[in-house]
Amino acid sequence: MATDRKPTSANDLPEQEQNDTPSQQPLSPRVSRRFFLSSLGAAGLAATASPVLAATATLEPAVMEQESEAAAPAGAIPVTLKVNGKSYPLRLDPRTTLLDCLRENLNLPGTKKGCDHGQCGACTVHVNGQRVNSCLTFAVMHSADEITTIEGIGQPGHLHPMQAAFVEHDGYQCGYCTSGQIMSAVAVLSEPVGPSDDDVKQAMYGNICRCGAYPNIIAAVQTVRRQA
Amino acid sequence: MQTFQYQQSITVDQAVQAGARSKTAQQFADVRFIAGGTTLVDLMKLDVERPNQVVDINTLPLAKIEPAPGGGLVIGALARNSAVAHHPVVQRDYAVLSEALLSGASPQLRNMATTAGNLLQRTRCPYFRDTAHACNKREPGTGCSAIGGHNRMLAILGTSKDCIASNPSDQNVALTALEATIQVQGTKGGRSIPIQDFYLKPGSTPNRENILEPGDLIVSVTLPAPVPGTQSHYLKLRDRAAYEFALASAAIVIKTNGSRIERARVALGGVGTVPWRSREAEHVLEGQTANAATFRRAADAALKDAQPASENGFKVELAKRCIVRTLTGSTQSA
Repeated sequence: MATDRKPTSANDLPEQEQNDTPSQQPLSPRVSRRFFLSSLGAAGLAATASPVLAATATLEPAVMEQESEAAAPAGAIPVTLKVNGKSYPLRLDPRTTLLDCLRENLNLPGTKKGCDHGQCGACTVHVNGQRVNSCLTFAVMHSADEITTIEGIGQPGHLHPMQAAFVEHDGYQCGYCTSGQIMSAVAVLSEPVGPSDDDVKQAMYGNICRCGAYPNIIAAVQTVRRQA
Repeated sequence: MQTFQYQQSITVDQAVQAGARSKTAQQFADVRFIAGGTTLVDLMKLDVERPNQVVDINTLPLAKIEPAPGGGLVIGALARNSAVAHHPVVQRDYAVLSEALLSGASPQLRNMATTAGNLLQRTRCPYFRDTAHACNKREPGTGCSAIGGHNRMLAILGTSKDCIASNPSDQNVALTALEATIQVQGTKGGRSIPIQDFYLKPGSTPNRENILEPGDLIVSVTLPAPVPGTQSHYLKLRDRAAYEFALASAAIVIKTNGSRIERARVALGGVGTVPWRSREAEHVLEGQTANAATFRRAADAALKDAQPASENGFKVELAKRCIVRTLTGSTQSA
């Protein structure tokens, strides 16, 4: 889905770390904290600023997959996950939750770890179109599934209408719960949810926002629902 | 989390054979079936469950919701809580079940959690979930930290000197009031268990929560055909309006003829060590006039054996009011 609402700059994005997927990002003059730290790890502690930039340009997904294979402990099993339309062959310790796999093995850190016990909703992703808590399921259980994360919902320049509405309505403060909120909100568009604000509150209560941005989140969700 | 071997089962027999290798089907089972994962993965992260083999049953063909041959509804073990709650037949004929499911957990969890998994949902007693504390349910013989500890959320019915953990499920309270039966496939074949006989009160073995043996796999739950003219309703009272476990809840299935109560089924949640069927309340209600005095007498009967701990005495009156209010709502619309 396209939208005519676009952020005026990268700083307007609700979750800057969405940008970090190396496969989809041209090397930017701006380097995020995560990108800097993970690249520093890859390049070695002795690296200085300019080699870091050089290293980031070569971090292709294939390289990362090889790394995860090399790091796989005894007992790891092969699994291919389909995430955001792309297949990822992996070897995973069966203890790896879908959440940790997305963040650590697939370098898709847009999905957040909050409570890690299914109580906060920060880790919400879609499995076969249904929103779930990715912290309470093992990645190896999902070889037959289509997984969608915040990175697959929209990207800078072509935001999903719900992402644009969160920007428009200021539906966050710290932004940590935002990707989970948006994944739930997008799911709400296709769930049997009544028209009122109270209905949206009921549908969204699986996502906790400690900053208390709820009124703006509801406004964002309702704006998109009225457009649909 | 402890390491484990992961295995997918392709057939029910395969799953049963895998499960049969476990020494127990209860606490600390060394082989665990995984479906939604919402209880098991949570407890494995806490080291409260430490299976060395996890058998993924999500590939089994057990997710259907379909009419039972003799009337009623068969809900597959793997039917997700959200699918059951929004199923048109459930909403029409078994409203109490839909309401109970929608009052529990969150939309995300309901998309994961299954019917059979919810049947086996574990207590939220904080001492059960924390391996630093004594808990007879988790480690038999270690004692109960909840008795004399923080027990505001815990049970007042069916408790023992060894355990006061409350059963946290909403679904199972509704299934108890609906007199559901649970179909189990095991090493000796299949059997059907009335939900009333499925759960075990803690007694001196709180680690044994139900009658399942190694290899037993729940394959479906059957709801009896609805009695025409029956109303059913679930009311859940809790500290927050959403996303919280019950302090007290009531599931009522009731048929009235004019103002006379012909048939009543009453089950309580949040107050029992198991989903709590109150035949005492049912006996008071049946044959009587549906009014506030009758409802109050039924509520008093349901709670007459309540044994509160240090912090949860308020649940006695709360549960009574919950029953009265649910009965009032269920008979006004009749």
